[in-house]
Amino acid sequence: MFVINCPYCGEREQSEFKAGGEAHIVRPKQPTELSDDQWAEYLFMRKNIKGIQFERWVHTHGCRKWFNVVRDTSNDEITAVYKMGEKPPTNK
Amino acid sequence: MTKKLRVKTSKFIDETYKISFKFNGKTYYGYKGDTLASALLANNVHLVGRSFKYHRPRGIMTAGSEEPNAIVQLHKNTSRTEPNVRATEIEIYEGLEASSQNCWPSVNFDIGGINNFLSPLLPAGFYYKTFMWPASFWEKYEYFIRKSAGLGKSPTEPDPDIYEHKYIHCDVLIVGAGISGIMAAKIAAKNGFKTLLVDEKSYLGGSTIYQNSEHFKINNQISSSWLDKEISEIKKIKNLKIKTRTSVAAYHGYNFLLARENLTDHLPLEQRKNKIRQRLLKIRAKKVITATGSLERPLIFDNNDRPGILLSSAVEKYANFFGVACGEKNVLFTNNDSAYETAISLFQKGINIETIIDNREEIDSRLIKEAEKNNIKIYKGYTVVDTSGYKRINKISIMQLSKDGQKVVGSKISITCDCLGVSGGWTPAVHLFTQSGGKLKFRDEDQVFIPNIYSSDQISIGSCNGDFTLDEILLNIPNTLKEFLDLKKTDYENLEVKSSFNKSKRNIWLLPSDKLVGKTKPFVDYQNDATAKDIKLALREGFRSIEHVKRYTTTGMGTDQGKLGNMHALGIISETAGSKMGELGTTTFRPPYTPLTFGTIVGRNVGEYFDVFRKTPIHDWHVKNKAEFENVGQWKRAWYYPKDGENMHDAVQRESKAARDSAGILDASTLGKIDIQGSDASEFLNRVYTNAWSKLAIGKCRYGLMLNEDGMVYDDGVTTRLGENHYIMTTTTGGAATVLGKLEDYLQTEWPELDVYLTSVTDHYATVSVCGPNSKKIVSQIVPDLDFSDENFPHMSFKNAKIGKIKCRVMRISFTGEQSYEINIQANYGKSVWEKCMEAGKEFNITPYGTETMHLLRAEKGFIIVGQDTDATMTPIDLQMDWIVSKKKFDFIGKRSLYRSDTIREDRKQLVGLLTENPDEVLEEGAQIVADIKKSPVEMLGHVTSSYYSPNLKKSIALGVVRGGKKMMGQKLIIPMENKEINVTVADPVFLDRENKKLNA
Repeated sequence: MFVINCPYCGEREQSEFKAGGEAHIVRPKQPTELSDDQWAEYLFMRKNIKGIQFERWVHTHGCRKWFNVVRDTSNDEITAVYKMGEKPPTNK
Repeated sequence: MTKKLRVKTSKFIDETYKISFKFNGKTYYGYKGDTLASALLANNVHLVGRSFKYHRPRGIMTAGSEEPNAIVQLHKNTSRTEPNVRATEIEIYEGLEASSQNCWPSVNFDIGGINNFLSPLLPAGFYYKTFMWPASFWEKYEYFIRKSAGLGKSPTEPDPDIYEHKYIHCDVLIVGAGISGIMAAKIAAKNGFKTLLVDEKSYLGGSTIYQNSEHFKINNQISSSWLDKEISEIKKIKNLKIKTRTSVAAYHGYNFLLARENLTDHLPLEQRKNKIRQRLLKIRAKKVITATGSLERPLIFDNNDRPGILLSSAVEKYANFFGVACGEKNVLFTNNDSAYETAISLFQKGINIETIIDNREEIDSRLIKEAEKNNIKIYKGYTVVDTSGYKRINKISIMQLSKDGQKVVGSKISITCDCLGVSGGWTPAVHLFTQSGGKLKFRDEDQVFIPNIYSSDQISIGSCNGDFTLDEILLNIPNTLKEFLDLKKTDYENLEVKSSFNKSKRNIWLLPSDKLVGKTKPFVDYQNDATAKDIKLALREGFRSIEHVKRYTTTGMGTDQGKLGNMHALGIISETAGSKMGELGTTTFRPPYTPLTFGTIVGRNVGEYFDVFRKTPIHDWHVKNKAEFENVGQWKRAWYYPKDGENMHDAVQRESKAARDSAGILDASTLGKIDIQGSDASEFLNRVYTNAWSKLAIGKCRYGLMLNEDGMVYDDGVTTRLGENHYIMTTTTGGAATVLGKLEDYLQTEWPELDVYLTSVTDHYATVSVCGPNSKKIVSQIVPDLDFSDENFPHMSFKNAKIGKIKCRVMRISFTGEQSYEINIQANYGKSVWEKCMEAGKEFNITPYGTETMHLLRAEKGFIIVGQDTDATMTPIDLQMDWIVSKKKFDFIGKRSLYRSDTIREDRKQLVGLLTENPDEVLEEGAQIVADIKKSPVEMLGHVTSSYYSPNLKKSIALGVVRGGKKMMGQKLIIPMENKEINVTVADPVFLDRENKKLNA
């Protein structure tokens, strides 16, 4: 069980949070203009990385805020935490 | 007998405190400080159990938690009974009762012992191979296999003890209080770190604390005396907490560890009352120091499992710590210097040693010289090839090893003995290190795996790090800790250490024998009866991965998890398969290190606290009126209210009829309620529901359907516009939390520009729903100031009102198809409003109804229940609810998915009504629906989702999903059941009042 540094509350146990899958997948502004394949790409296709992954977490049993986490899926090491709308850190 | 085996007094045993206990029904005596194992050995009892598969007699092998054989059942046939307890760990107390396991009728005469003679018929994988055919016989075999499997017996009564969980946060956690752990604790604590030191044993000091030899000195003091002083010193340090009898079970990522603290298991039963038995410590440490020591390896030779064969280090501990001789004719068998330490200890205690057999040919160390000086005969370059003695070892045969160690040469020598101490060197206890994600490396010179790459802020010290000699340990610790804790100096600079231990070792994983391997029983895993022969068989049959060999042979799969023999299994695999040890890797070390009781794992979460439930403010009334309850999400909901011996069917029929004929009342407080406010509230609802919201007038209610982005129905409910920028949304009972979560997700991540605020108010309101043709007459008495005329208060609208001085909201909405009013009031007034309604409804036979009747009533009306009639593969179109999907809205969640190639297929499963040919035949929910029963294979078209007998329509009604069902109206289908076929006709899912006359009446 790892510890997540919530950008609003500080360090808390993982059990207070819920994972929300891959980060930085933007909901298309005009879904009606997309082909089935394009829409399916948005809807279903997710990366499954062994290594550094950008993902969304929500502090369910805390401030209920969503934010982004950069986590190494092979060892759960978290290298960055940043708020929604902020740019992801580069050169990781 | 007892007198002779209890040798010179040990300071760890209080001989003034005699304790009686029972083993297999016979009373024995021991002293305070004894473990069950030491007390039994002092009474010359070696035979304590039978092995798992062959039922071979087995004795005590070790003096610690790694024990594979001496596992016993405590307090048989009582609520406190516990199976598979290691006799080497349990401290004796007055009244202790233990018995042998896996034997019948007794450990001395065990019928299952016949398996030993049948062993050629029981090779590795025996069960897999034998019971595979005929497949239909499995059920018969299984009964006998299950009967003969298993070691102890699990309790059948509830656990009477109390357990709890506790969180601990510390700067430095030290696991293991041997000499390394003690030194580390002193260094860390004295430098200001908030430190916790834990050890599984009842005392501190590990094995050094009973090492009373001139050969091991620190600063010119015997190592145990030096350590004794250190221990009394650390006990005074304020910021150091010490917990004994505390075994770390698991080491997870981010330095999160679970430990079991044992508080009462060493106390007589009557002193345990009202005390917490065990505590699960959840430790989060900034830094972890693992000082878990090492486990002595046995040696693998023919018949190496007889009672009386112990680890050499165990023989030493029983002598030094407990003052017990394990035998009168002791023989030691070794491949390294450790056995000589044992020999010298025994010699000091006046215990007889017949001889030492050493695999090594050329050996020379101070320890060996001293043994020779004491006239102990040493066979150098020899190995044990066989042992005899069924219930206790009485003889060993030894032969000389060839130069390459692959064969034995020369003639056999027989030596009589009643105890054989074996030492195959040491294995670092790296279990916790690897659990934490650490990577090991193999050290070729002494054939051990040691920590290599750490996964968190931790360090391994002492023998669990592969430092086996006292000088290595003491010289490495100060330097390691200075770096780890970032210190300038420690209290342990320039220690003078004398250690006579020589590191030379002749490692032979499987010792050669004069017999073929197939004719021998060299046990690798004692508890599971896996031999070297089995491992070789697995390799011959093509298994290569260590994980596969483990499962096929069951090596390392007992309650001891193969702490003794796993390394030998690896060694034998690598030798046989010709692969390198380091490349072969190890099997995964999994928690817990030693077994945990279920009590400890669940802590206080037992009984009513196991899965806490939510009660509505009206709950007590339901209980008082004998409602049966149903679990919905975390809620307890009234299911139905049986009257005078009614069964569920009768009660539901009565309730359903009353609700349609006159009046029914339902506790709807559990429905999720989300308060939505903000200037973009309407826009927000437009985006999350399929229908349009902008034009909903203030004071009006609307039913909404919420989809997932994939177009599938996710939740539904009625939302009311309370004000220009203020709505209250209701959700399904089970979906409340996830709906709120989903809405928050969209608000925060996709549409942060929207000015909308969400608040869960489910618990704030009680909801009393009164329905039926007389509902208006009843509710108007409760809220007398309100104008209930249809013009003022039509269906799908809401009014602010007052009951007495208390504000409430009344909604005219319906889930039953009847005219119906919902009173929402501050939760603590819920019960009183309910009772007022009951009072006012008396003259109309107002009938409380539960969820079952609610489901029946809505099914008559063809209303869906999300999660019952839908299953995350149903679009609104599939549900024949096209009317609720706005064509005009630019976008809403799931909109684009409604015209994907898959969702527009016309042969999707679609919701239809089903009417049985025989109106009294009620379908089973979940039953399959087919068109042609003769076609092979039968094509499954769908299944029944809801089914009831409707007392109002006087016939059976059902909802189901059927492939292409929309176009099948009037078509006949078949529901094949186990012993009959039921004919049904596809019908309109709305069975009652399609024109909504009742609602608007």
